[in-house]
Amino acid sequence: MLESRRFVIIGFFALVGLIYLFRLFYLQVLDESYSIESSSNSIKRVIEIPFRGQIYDRTGKLIVYNTPVYDLLVTPYKARVEDTLRFCQVLGIERHDFDSLMAAASAYSRVKPSLFLRQLSKEDFASIQDVMVDYSGFEFAKSSLRTYTAPTLANTLGYVSEITKGQLEKQEEPYYRQSDYIGQSGVEKIYENELRGKRGTKFVMQNVSGVYKGPWKGGELDTMAVAGANLYSGIDLEVQQYADSLMVNKVGSVVAIEPKTGQIISMVSAPTYDPNILASRYFSKNYAALARNPYKPLFNRPVMASYRPGSTFKLIQALIGLQEGVITPESGFTHANCPVGCHNHPATGTVALGVTHSCNPYFYNVFRRIIYKNNIQNTFKASAVGLDAWHDAISKFGIGQRLGIDLPSEYKGNLPNKKYYDRFYGEYRWKFSNIYSLSIGEGELLITPLKMANVAAIIANRGYFYTPHVIHGVGDSKKVNPEFLVRHETGVAPHNFDPVIEGMIGAVEAGTARRSRVEGITIAGKTGTSQNKRGDDHSIFIAFAPAENPKIAIAVFVENAGAGGVAAAPIANLIIEKYLTRKITNKALEERMFKSDLMSKVILTGQKKPVSADTAKKKPVATPQPARTNP
Amino acid sequence: MAENKPITKNVDWVVVLIYIACLGIGWVNIYAAVYNPEVNMSMFDLSNNAGKQLMWIGTAVLLIICILVIDYKFYETFSFIIYAVIVFLLVVVLFAGSNINGSRSWIKFGAFSLQPAEFSKLAISLAISKYLSDPAISLTRKLKDYYPIMGIIALPAFLILLSNETGSMLVFASFAIVLYREGMPGFIPAIGMVTAALLIITLLFVKWYIAGVIIVIAGLAIWLMPVMTRRRGGLWATIIIGFVMIGIVFGVDFFMNNVLQKHQRGRIMVLLDPDSDPRGIGWNVIQSKIAIGSGGFSGKGFLQGTQTKFDFVPEQSTDFIFCTVGEEHGFIGSAIVVILFVSLISRLVVLAERQRSRFARVYGYCVAGIIFFHFMVNVGMTIGLMPVIGIPLPFFSYGGSSLWSFSILLFVFLKIDAQRPFTLSRG
Repeated sequence: MLESRRFVIIGFFALVGLIYLFRLFYLQVLDESYSIESSSNSIKRVIEIPFRGQIYDRTGKLIVYNTPVYDLLVTPYKARVEDTLRFCQVLGIERHDFDSLMAAASAYSRVKPSLFLRQLSKEDFASIQDVMVDYSGFEFAKSSLRTYTAPTLANTLGYVSEITKGQLEKQEEPYYRQSDYIGQSGVEKIYENELRGKRGTKFVMQNVSGVYKGPWKGGELDTMAVAGANLYSGIDLEVQQYADSLMVNKVGSVVAIEPKTGQIISMVSAPTYDPNILASRYFSKNYAALARNPYKPLFNRPVMASYRPGSTFKLIQALIGLQEGVITPESGFTHANCPVGCHNHPATGTVALGVTHSCNPYFYNVFRRIIYKNNIQNTFKASAVGLDAWHDAISKFGIGQRLGIDLPSEYKGNLPNKKYYDRFYGEYRWKFSNIYSLSIGEGELLITPLKMANVAAIIANRGYFYTPHVIHGVGDSKKVNPEFLVRHETGVAPHNFDPVIEGMIGAVEAGTARRSRVEGITIAGKTGTSQNKRGDDHSIFIAFAPAENPKIAIAVFVENAGAGGVAAAPIANLIIEKYLTRKITNKALEERMFKSDLMSKVILTGQKKPVSADTAKKKPVATPQPARTNP
Repeated sequence: MAENKPITKNVDWVVVLIYIACLGIGWVNIYAAVYNPEVNMSMFDLSNNAGKQLMWIGTAVLLIICILVIDYKFYETFSFIIYAVIVFLLVVVLFAGSNINGSRSWIKFGAFSLQPAEFSKLAISLAISKYLSDPAISLTRKLKDYYPIMGIIALPAFLILLSNETGSMLVFASFAIVLYREGMPGFIPAIGMVTAALLIITLLFVKWYIAGVIIVIAGLAIWLMPVMTRRRGGLWATIIIGFVMIGIVFGVDFFMNNVLQKHQRGRIMVLLDPDSDPRGIGWNVIQSKIAIGSGGFSGKGFLQGTQTKFDFVPEQSTDFIFCTVGEEHGFIGSAIVVILFVSLISRLVVLAERQRSRFARVYGYCVAGIIFFHFMVNVGMTIGLMPVIGIPLPFFSYGGSSLWSFSILLFVFLKIDAQRPFTLSRG
């Protein structure tokens, strides 16, 4: 009887075995969650960040490249520092720095490496590398810093810095992680996706304490990092640095464009700073200093600052007048019956002479004819219809529009239309007499230096332009953004440019800019004097050269420097000469421009807006201002 | 007589082959568990557990040869003496033992240490078998015949308890199997199991609900009971059993909070809800389940386990060796191990049943019971079905003491079994 109990016993054994088999089947085959947990336990994704793309100038010179730097990492549990004093001396840190850095590292993890000192230069690394052998638990990790061959183009190139919390949260696809670097402004921001390259992903195994234990699956799922694409710019580094040196101790902008392509040859935002200071381990200190600087060196003036165009705008008025047929090249106007003042100059019997002498009444009349071209009897209605037609024609020059340059925060400027004045006066409550200051580039007009350089390029091209751009080639294949290959027409016939260009040549040869003419080069230029309420007039000059076969179009703005011929024209013409001949003939002029210090004339305020943005939003003066002498 | 026949002819090769398979698989998995991809290490290097285990396997083979050579009557004749020697060692270890992991139960010889507690299983098995080989002893009728058995178990159990090796002591519960086979009334193990079940249920549900359910079941049992049974005391028996069960339910609370030590209580609570303490006691269970679960159907491959290799699972080469099997060889590997053990134990029962002497049969059941208990608790704890009790998986776990003691235990039985044709039945 007891013998039969063996079946009970074997049955019990088999039952336990079966239960275990079912349990194992459930755990291993049916329930997937465990393999996921195992992966998250022991397999870690390590991101490998490739070198950022380099940037070249138009002659093939490097502008931006990467310098390897070394981060010093510490693994606290391995760290043995016998003589802290010597250690601190070698690294150039204080004892209390050492203690706090160590404490922070230990607080993060005893077994994982954490950052101890960031971005040691190659020289520092070389000098301490040998000594560090004596201290266990420290290791170096290679990373890289942006480096600039010349201390120039700070705002155009922009800077790279640690991603901000806001950017981290805003990114659509989770690409960046905390403490990753990202292009924050300028070209670095616009071309971030091209410059950053492709990150490599390595799957590595780690043990329970997070210590590296070799590649996972022999690295078969790992992807290689691909270095960022190089960018090819139209910047001429030599000319750029020359322009920089001319703009020292001045506030303003220089924009030089190659008219045939729209490539930017030079772009100065003065005052500027050495971009290397924002690519160092002292980033935050240096950035704070720049942000506090009252001259706002971080403000990219060529594309963000706005001014009244002043007399340079007369060129566009003449072109529209000729195209609309309201004047002929032989039209002449006198100073009679004109509310705008003028200066003494020979009679302006042709368009060319009007431009050469920058005659205010001449363009008052031209603008009047443009506005009243329609045959509407009611002057209010006629003004409204006329202004909108004028607005559309001017828009084609890029005025009041974003040109679409490859730089961030391009300012649109302001080009008033009917709606704009309706808001202030009410519909049909205003007419030409309320808006005539537009005729000479004053009033509610706002443009950026970039736009005026583009206007110079349009005139140089006799009627068309390509969107100005800094970068014309991306990657080894030098791929071009197709938008930069689109020819934008202004609708003004090429023959209408002849008298205007003639006038511009005259302006440099014998007119408002005669004092800065360059021997041997025919420069077509136009001065401008931008009125503003906050100090002396801004000095403006736009030009292109050589007039017969334009290779460079330029706009120079110098804030509070007075008339266009005083500062802007000499600077522009020196840059033109430098670009075209690589040498300077008028050394005296060059010397004067180097030395001229106009910083003291700049009125500083705590305002953040572009310099004259406030005036644009203000209600325009109802009664016409007696315009001042406006050469 | 047996001396004339070569032992190789009569020894049970099924068991020997399973034994060899277990040792082989175990050793490979110990190597996998201690394998470190950064260090080029050999399976034969004595500085790691795999190399050491190979040495233990070698010595175990020597031991087996000795066992097979020694006359089979030796074990029966000297069973009480062996018992006395082991008990003496247990006493010695209390005073002269080395302290490893909080238990004073090791005797050190240079780099190697032995644990006498491991051998107490053999001692008790031999002693019980010897005691029961007396045909006058009946476990069915006489209560007083249990007392010596109690004593045989209690003495080493007490000594082991003193040296803080609770896990080894719990193994003695496996003797219930042999006692059941030899006539112990079925209700005793049944009560044991019901008590254990009640314990777990009590921890999971509200006590009053359980009491209510027990009363309802008892009521139903009485109502459905044949009238004759009821009249013959079934009524009162049922009522008493019911009350006892309710008593247990309420006693569990007291037991958990006042009798068990804190870490023991934790192990039971973790069994019920591993996430209650994921970084503490629950860690072992969670990580071991992750390791086994992540193995999938066919496993990650030899030396490819990430859970075990990177120390997520503690005690990988000893108590949690089954995790390595589960992770690297998946369900197939785990199932093979489970089937190996069930086959081994069942074969041992079959062998035990064919013995002519009661001594041999009882001893056979002891061996089967002990191996089964180790298997059940060890594998059960790695898959979250048993509380974490630190006992090794026979033939698999790293460790000289356990490998020696299991090999001796098994081969003493195989030796006796090999001599079966020449033994006269006395039982």
